[in-house]
Amino acid sequence: MYVELKGINKNYGDYQATKDANFGIEKGSLVALLGPSGSGKTTILRMIAGLETPDSGDIIIDGKRVNDIAPADRGIGFVFQSYALFRYMTVYENIAFGLELKKVPKAKIKERVQELLELTSLKGLEDRYPNQLSGGQRQRVAFARALAPNPSLLLLDEPFAAIDAKVRQELRTWLRKMIYKVGITSIFVTHDQDEAVEVADQIIVTNKGRIEQIGSPLDIYKNPETPFVTEFIGQSSVIEDYHRFHGFEKGNYQGAVIRPEFVEVFKRDNREFNNYIDLSEEGEIIDILFRGNSLELTVDLHGVMITAHRSLERREVKVGEKVRVLIYRLFAFDEDRAYLLENENLKGRNINIDNLESYLYNEEYDFFVI
Amino acid sequence: MNWVEENKKKAGKTKVILIIISVLFVFFMLVFPLVSVIANSLKEGFGYYIQSLNTKYVKSALLVTLLATVIAVIVNTFFGLLAGWLLTKFSFKGKQVLATLIDIPFSISPVIAGLAFIMTFGRLGWANPILESINQALGTDIQIVFALPGVVLATIFVTFPFVSREIIPVLNTQGKDEEEAAALMGAGGFTIFRKITFPHIKWATIYGVILCTARALGEFGAVAALSKTRGKTFTLPLEIDALYLAGSSDSITAAFSVSSLLVIIAIIVLILRNFFEHSEKVKGEKKEG
Repeated sequence: MYVELKGINKNYGDYQATKDANFGIEKGSLVALLGPSGSGKTTILRMIAGLETPDSGDIIIDGKRVNDIAPADRGIGFVFQSYALFRYMTVYENIAFGLELKKVPKAKIKERVQELLELTSLKGLEDRYPNQLSGGQRQRVAFARALAPNPSLLLLDEPFAAIDAKVRQELRTWLRKMIYKVGITSIFVTHDQDEAVEVADQIIVTNKGRIEQIGSPLDIYKNPETPFVTEFIGQSSVIEDYHRFHGFEKGNYQGAVIRPEFVEVFKRDNREFNNYIDLSEEGEIIDILFRGNSLELTVDLHGVMITAHRSLERREVKVGEKVRVLIYRLFAFDEDRAYLLENENLKGRNINIDNLESYLYNEEYDFFVI
Repeated sequence: MNWVEENKKKAGKTKVILIIISVLFVFFMLVFPLVSVIANSLKEGFGYYIQSLNTKYVKSALLVTLLATVIAVIVNTFFGLLAGWLLTKFSFKGKQVLATLIDIPFSISPVIAGLAFIMTFGRLGWANPILESINQALGTDIQIVFALPGVVLATIFVTFPFVSREIIPVLNTQGKDEEEAAALMGAGGFTIFRKITFPHIKWATIYGVILCTARALGEFGAVAALSKTRGKTFTLPLEIDALYLAGSSDSITAAFSVSSLLVIIAIIVLILRNFFEHSEKVKGEKKEG
């Protein structure tokens, strides 16, 4: 483990920002701290950086306990949420600042800055001031500045929050590629699950100062362990009386979550699903959102609202139309754990549909998509 | 005529009325009096003008004024930067109280400040025994009240909020991010101030210094309470007052001549201020691209 947190607690007055945080991060991995605002993710990042001091517990970087080591000596690069570029310095001076502090010879600084300008495709902009740059360019300067002194750990606080949506997508891919190219262990904070899933190879989900779950994006998505993760990840409709649906029995659960990929919406005259009509629910389409590559349907199942996706290749549906809804599975949860429940009626049957959105689950369960 | 045009016309009328009022006000309250100062000072001819400036008293007063101003500006710039930095970048108990205390010279009458110094350092003041024991120990004869140090102290007191008041708003809007980033890279407190914080407040500081200078040059009340010797501790405003109160038509003209000196210095200060403001604007535009 390259970075380790052991029993970290942090309070601000009465407010407990971090409760007994324990986790380890492998060298070279790209980790997301994911959680809603106020969940304590930024506090954890700032404690690793040394900008905050934990009340108790150990922070270990590269085998050394760093609690009492000054931020500057921890070998980290930090990218701030608003980038915190030095407004009265040029791009060149911004990137060179950390090296000048380390008394690196001028020629070496020049060499390193040129190298970074090239890496981040900022060549030609070195004499500009931060307010002459676009949001994306600023982020790249912040990235280059953080990398300049060759840190072994890169920390990024909401690296995409200050960028407009259009460029954000592009930058996610860029940042991921860049971090792998440099090969630096990185931790970034985000409240956006798409961002975490897309960029990170390890996700740490935080909620109310606690760490809820640690795992790969697929793992977090497929096997949420706690009620919070179940609700927070994916596009989830939370329902209480899940046992009203065909194939699900009442258990000792508080509620359930149905994701869009857990349901199939079809018209009554659909031939492929002919045999399943009795196992499906009746629903009415309340709303249709065009999502570019698919439709997002809101369907009313006798008072329970669920969300479903529908391929544009399939027949047209209208608001107010009566449809049949087949529920393959759902996540039920009690006080502190989540469980995957399969539709009992479908066990042992092969559903032979091409555009079923259940590919994530197709190997481990009882029925298959061919 | 449609609604939009009508509105525009109304706004145009309002503008004209406001311009007329402002211009009249500025002329009657400012321009005419100042012009009359210059005109009166030249009433007896240019030769007399030069002659009335070239007296022992005026020269001494000019020297005292400049000395007090320079010291006050240096002290207050240093203190203003310190206080501004403290009040915006650190949080501590009583911060609000301190911020309010710094503003007191703005709201208190300068005469009261002068009297306060007399009550402190004068013959009956509580600090007088301390001062005397220092004088005894060092064999010196430092006097504060009715002497140069008193004049300097009074000038410092009256002008001390100027620099800090200019830079505090700038520092407040700037936030702590850049400083934090620099600290994270290993920059020490002074390096951070010099390289990160100061460039932000450079212009505000210069502006504060100019205001402080203008105020220090013209200070009357506080200095009047502490300075009683013409030709020794009198500043220009006090000298003008003395000349004017002498009452003869010659001395009144001389009073105007000396006044014109202050007006000229004030105009130079204003030009400097506008020059700095303008060059900042140009620089800002250049940076915006």
